[in-house]
Amino acid sequence: MPLAKRIIPCLDVKDGQTVKGTNFINLRQAGDPVELGKKYSSENADELVYLDITASHEGRKTFTDMVRRVAANISIPFSVGGGINELKDVDRLLNAGADKVSINSAAIHRPHLIDDIAYHFGSQVCIVAIDAKLEENGQWYCYLNGGRIRTDHQLLDWAKEAADRGAGEILFTSMNHDGVKHGFANEALAQLSESLPIPVIASGGAGCMEDFKNTFLVGKSDAALAASVFHYNEISIPDLKHYLRREGINVRI
Amino acid sequence: MEVAIIKYNAGNIYSVVHALKRLGTDPIVTDDAETIKGADCVLFPGQGEAAKTMEYLRERHLDSLIKELAQPVLGICIGMQLMCSCSEENDATCLGIFDVPVKKFVSPARELKIPHMGWDSLSDMQTPLFKGLNTGDYVYFIHSYYVPLNEHTIAQNNYILPFSAAIHKGNFYATQFHPEKSGTIGNTILQNFLDIASQS
Repeated sequence: MPLAKRIIPCLDVKDGQTVKGTNFINLRQAGDPVELGKKYSSENADELVYLDITASHEGRKTFTDMVRRVAANISIPFSVGGGINELKDVDRLLNAGADKVSINSAAIHRPHLIDDIAYHFGSQVCIVAIDAKLEENGQWYCYLNGGRIRTDHQLLDWAKEAADRGAGEILFTSMNHDGVKHGFANEALAQLSESLPIPVIASGGAGCMEDFKNTFLVGKSDAALAASVFHYNEISIPDLKHYLRREGINVRI
Repeated sequence: MEVAIIKYNAGNIYSVVHALKRLGTDPIVTDDAETIKGADCVLFPGQGEAAKTMEYLRERHLDSLIKELAQPVLGICIGMQLMCSCSEENDATCLGIFDVPVKKFVSPARELKIPHMGWDSLSDMQTPLFKGLNTGDYVYFIHSYYVPLNEHTIAQNNYILPFSAAIHKGNFYATQFHPEKSGTIGNTILQNFLDIASQS
């Protein structure tokens, strides 16, 4: 059996609570992040992603405390992201018990941060998250600060550079698909997956179980991330995994 | 039961501490020779780079200490690789508890990415370390180097080629995967190791 495709619930955390945005705005509450993580872990989620969407200094401290509680309670790998700007942020979060960190805006501002994380902690801890939008000219452009600021970086070029610098995985969120629930950006994902020597995590667009099948088969994704469909019980992870296995996709049950 | 975890410059040691606490033990993380020698069992976990880690162990004389331990010892991931004779990772000379070299994965195809990362299955399991497990059970791997199949292999995985998911010799056990990150299957393996220690 080949390596299992991974299902990854993503928890956006603000002031110690899980929230979920639609198209990057209008946040809704979805519960205690540690309890929710335990629930997903018991349902055989393969990994968890916790994103700190608080900006304040106090919020950062609350988030680090939460990471400690997650590490003490959950026996599957989890990554953390949001507000990671320098090595000492990485050190703090790994020390709190996170397995991996994801960096986004900071990596575009200072690409050398990727090299530094890979050198000091190993590529396996470094996820480079990319938010990108497909424009009318057919090109994907990368965005900063949760999709607020457009850059001239093109998706594939930036993903390749990140991999060359030592990223261990690419987490690609399509801003066109995020929150819309009509499936993942499989064409772009397949291109990424075929061009990169590292795993690609699909994000943005999960609405039904078939969307997951398609991102593994058509998008050639190594993992699929989703938030609201799991938080609001629209899709249960055990049902999803049984469905995927019936469809011939290797998943851990 | 006294459970000692060897403290050294590797990542992810605390996830092993948490996992063992969830199993009702109170592990101590230490580099003190007497504490380690006096423990009922010892874990040698972590993530890291082989050459630098070996240098760190030698400077603190932990290399000879680990080799001479007589109680059950469980190496995890880089801990397992360091128990072998040498590693292709920066040509490190390792502890030599297992007379097997550690090799680097070479991918024959784009879809076989390196590192081997994620949930993969176990087969050909032997010894009480795997009591209660079934062929095909999934555990979490994250590694770019591997231990080839050898006379000490007690579990296999097949990624690019069949390799040792776990090895055993005398009081030394080691897993390439991370039981502390492998959910309930991983908890069973850690509990089995504690049971081995309490019976020896």
